[in-house]
Amino acid sequence: MPVLIKPESFDPASLQKAHEASMSAGDFGATASFTGTMRNFNEGDDVTGMMLEHYPGMTEKELEAVISDARSKWDIQDALIVHRVGDISPGEPIVLTVVWSAHRAAAFDACRFLMEALKSRAPFWKKETLKDGSHRWVEKNTPGYS
Amino acid sequence: MTIRVKFFASLREQITDPKTEVDGALVKTISDVWKQATDHPMPPHVLCSVNLEHKDATEPVNDGDEVAFFPPITGG
Repeated sequence: MPVLIKPESFDPASLQKAHEASMSAGDFGATASFTGTMRNFNEGDDVTGMMLEHYPGMTEKELEAVISDARSKWDIQDALIVHRVGDISPGEPIVLTVVWSAHRAAAFDACRFLMEALKSRAPFWKKETLKDGSHRWVEKNTPGYS
Repeated sequence: MTIRVKFFASLREQITDPKTEVDGALVKTISDVWKQATDHPMPPHVLCSVNLEHKDATEPVNDGDEVAFFPPITGG
């Protein structure tokens, strides 16, 4: 499965390795991965926790479409997207994207594409808990390409 | 036949007592579904989907559809 929604904490390296075990050794020469983890600060405030909501069904469909788009743009061997939902603590991984390809250019570029595309297309919403115990919805993502 | 309606994240918290189903005979577009489901005006930047696909609010709906409304996406 190239798309995983995880309600519990996950270890990016283990999931990458597990997926790689299903592939034939030597079929790829480049692996690019990105892991996004939860910060303990945002917009100048201390953040102590976060809840990630998603739209079951649509979220998976959009993530699969993002991978399909990457496959049509670059010559890649395989791809993996893992995304947390539920209650998250600072330092925990939120998202993992991995791309395997024959050469580095496709791996780097497609991995970046997966992240930027999922941030604008896959329905997830973050609700932060601040140090004073109050909650707030994150209203927009930070720009990826500057 | 009915159209199922879902609200997510901050929208779900802001809208009091939304209908979860509307009569398909009373609506033609996604905007119509919003007006049938709630008395709240549709906020700017609301995103919409029909049957799990992103759509504009002006697009048509049909009996049996699932229509969802949600704020800008903030995953990743």
